[in-house]
Amino acid sequence: MITVEEKVARRRRAIEGRPLGPGSHTEHEGKTMTGAQAIIASLEAEGVDTIFGYPGGQAIKIYDALYDSKKIHHILARHEQGATHMADGYARATGKVGVVLVTSGPGATNTVTGIATAYMDSVPLVVITGQVTRGVIGTDAFQESDIVGITMPIVKHSFLLQSTDDLTRTFREAFYIASTGRPGPVLIDIPSDLSGSEMVFHYPDTVSIASYRPTYKGNAKQVKQAAALISEARRPLIMAGGGIVSSHACPELTALAERMNIPVVTTLMGKGAMRCSNPLNLGPVGMHGSKYANMAVTECDLLIAVGARFSDRVTGKVDEFAPHARIIHIDIDPAEIGKIVQPSVPIVGDAKSVLAALNERLDKMGATSVCDDWTAEVFSWRKRWPFYTADFADYPDKIAPEVVLSKLSEKLDPEASIVTTEVGQHQMWAHQNIHREHARTFISSGGLGTMGFGFPAAIGAKIGCPDEQVVCVAGDGSFQMNSQEMATAKINGVNVKVLVIDNRALGMVHQWQHLFYHDRFSFTELADNPDFVKLADAYGWRSARITRPEEVDAALDEMLASDEPYLLDVMIPAEQTVYPMVAPGAPIDDIIGALDVTLGGVRVTEKGFGEKGRPRVKPSHEGVDES
Amino acid sequence: MNYLLSVLVENKPGVLSRVTGLISRRGFNIESLTVAPTEDSNLSRMTIIVEADEIGFEQITKQLHKLVSVYKISDLTYEDAVERELVLFKVQSAPERRHEIIEIANVFRAKVVDVGKNTLTIEATGAESKLNAMEDLLHAYGIKQLTRTGKIAMARGSAQ
Repeated sequence: MITVEEKVARRRRAIEGRPLGPGSHTEHEGKTMTGAQAIIASLEAEGVDTIFGYPGGQAIKIYDALYDSKKIHHILARHEQGATHMADGYARATGKVGVVLVTSGPGATNTVTGIATAYMDSVPLVVITGQVTRGVIGTDAFQESDIVGITMPIVKHSFLLQSTDDLTRTFREAFYIASTGRPGPVLIDIPSDLSGSEMVFHYPDTVSIASYRPTYKGNAKQVKQAAALISEARRPLIMAGGGIVSSHACPELTALAERMNIPVVTTLMGKGAMRCSNPLNLGPVGMHGSKYANMAVTECDLLIAVGARFSDRVTGKVDEFAPHARIIHIDIDPAEIGKIVQPSVPIVGDAKSVLAALNERLDKMGATSVCDDWTAEVFSWRKRWPFYTADFADYPDKIAPEVVLSKLSEKLDPEASIVTTEVGQHQMWAHQNIHREHARTFISSGGLGTMGFGFPAAIGAKIGCPDEQVVCVAGDGSFQMNSQEMATAKINGVNVKVLVIDNRALGMVHQWQHLFYHDRFSFTELADNPDFVKLADAYGWRSARITRPEEVDAALDEMLASDEPYLLDVMIPAEQTVYPMVAPGAPIDDIIGALDVTLGGVRVTEKGFGEKGRPRVKPSHEGVDES
Repeated sequence: MNYLLSVLVENKPGVLSRVTGLISRRGFNIESLTVAPTEDSNLSRMTIIVEADEIGFEQITKQLHKLVSVYKISDLTYEDAVERELVLFKVQSAPERRHEIIEIANVFRAKVVDVGKNTLTIEATGAESKLNAMEDLLHAYGIKQLTRTGKIAMARGSAQ
């Protein structure tokens, strides 16, 4: 297992422009070789030990060179999209750059969804695509596609290699750009004649790009202003996003929250940024966030957004998002600041260094918490509106997905497990009910919402972190989008688990059709699904199906104990709806279907505190009057 | 409103489409755009006029800054900048009216660059308002063709 210290050191090294691998200190240095061999040598120089890919005509020379590499382990996916998501899962789990190698034309275009997924969630990837020879580019040659043009809106940067003279520098720049600043995918398109040309291999140990200089350190004046606001706020709230995970800022975040007793809500990408066992962590916010987290946003007077981009799935109606709050927005990407909301204090910088500077400043000021009453009140809301309670069931006698995922959460060792998800209802149930203690242990497609992501990502995560138990929580719709990768897992001995929350429907759209389209279930019913147990069997996986609530515990135990890939098909009612929910475009305190224990555990739909009004809070810490 | 940007970029294939693609993808319209290499052949300068509101314009510049191919962006909208545009007019002109048209061209310090049997081609440079005024006058004779380069601009004095 890679320690947090190692991850921090790696990021520091990346920011300094140095390769994570041996750079110029390899046996390849100074040797004459083909471009293809130089590509593999460049990957070795970058310290890459695992790549994901699929061969083809214009990549055949690179694959031929790969055949000789003793350092690089290649995972053959069954589809280039699968390979790209695997590299993405690998990158999210390890913090390293994920590397993909594919051929031109369809090989390259099949990576597009994977690249867009990584781009939206700021995941570092280097995608190497074979291209037709330079002489025929632009002639509609066999398997030619303008992949640099096609991917332009969804890459952090891309290169069309024009000469072997630029080859090693291009690789160094690609890894540097992918892994620093706000991370993202970088594409290198390599015409196959360059792969065949001879060159002398020299790998650069440094990189300098005049037009690429991310800001890591926050402006001191703005840090000072932010610290002043934080020290005075009576109702502060931290919103933690994926930037905390990218910059390994979890200790600094927790230190700030605990120091000032400030509650924290997390976005989907920010899950794991703070331990779920920390009482200050209120968990998910937004469309399927808890009522207490959403109410905390609505009622707070200071919102400290760190590494979060105010996605519409978090904000709901922007005009009514955090209406009483001043906003401090900390982000490494200046373009995110002011894009959706106008902050009172903008701070451009790396979450880790900015939070450290804030903590230091607060120390210097001798600031102490002035928000204990507020935090206690928010905690009382958490008791009143839990995601789920054991004595509640929407459909008694049927398996409740909340129960399955809570039990999975309890059974997983938080120190040695990773959960990935597909996209849809099951994703939100997983987000709500699975507790995570560490960053990079909950992997989900947030921005793009890519069905078919979670399963290959689980394979990539398991390959990157072989000692962890890796479980993909899937839906029956999503799983079928990349189920062919069961072959990849089996053949490579990748012991992943797939938990299919099976409602024979495209559940999330089905739910919207139920709530907003008068039960007109247009093409969301998957009644003719294949038999997943038999499908698993065909791929040489172990598998089981359960239909009754009393089967859940034993089935989960058996799945987790399996030393081979295992699929568990869990049948839930098709009508099961994810609650609470905020309708698209509605303010996030206008909540459908939150459980209210003060009303005896029923689902209620009301805006804000509803008819009963805001719970009265006694002035000191004596507790909360819920009447 | 219209904003005037001068953008220094890498002189490489694909950079123009990175810049224009980004602006259109973020939902903004390019009014005019010129691009050509600078004194350093590795760099090109783009002069872009883009229609946006204030927040939108801030987004455009921030997003452009993120492109690795973009070195520098100068907002010349409110700057004291030299702005020029070149126009070619092909004007309908019977031989007996040539003098009138040449007279107009002279007033605007424009040049006649080609004479046909029934046409005159005039080259004019200047600020937008001057070129618009000239166009209005020439309309009376019949403009057969008109090409504008789009605006180029440079900050005055030693400002970079």
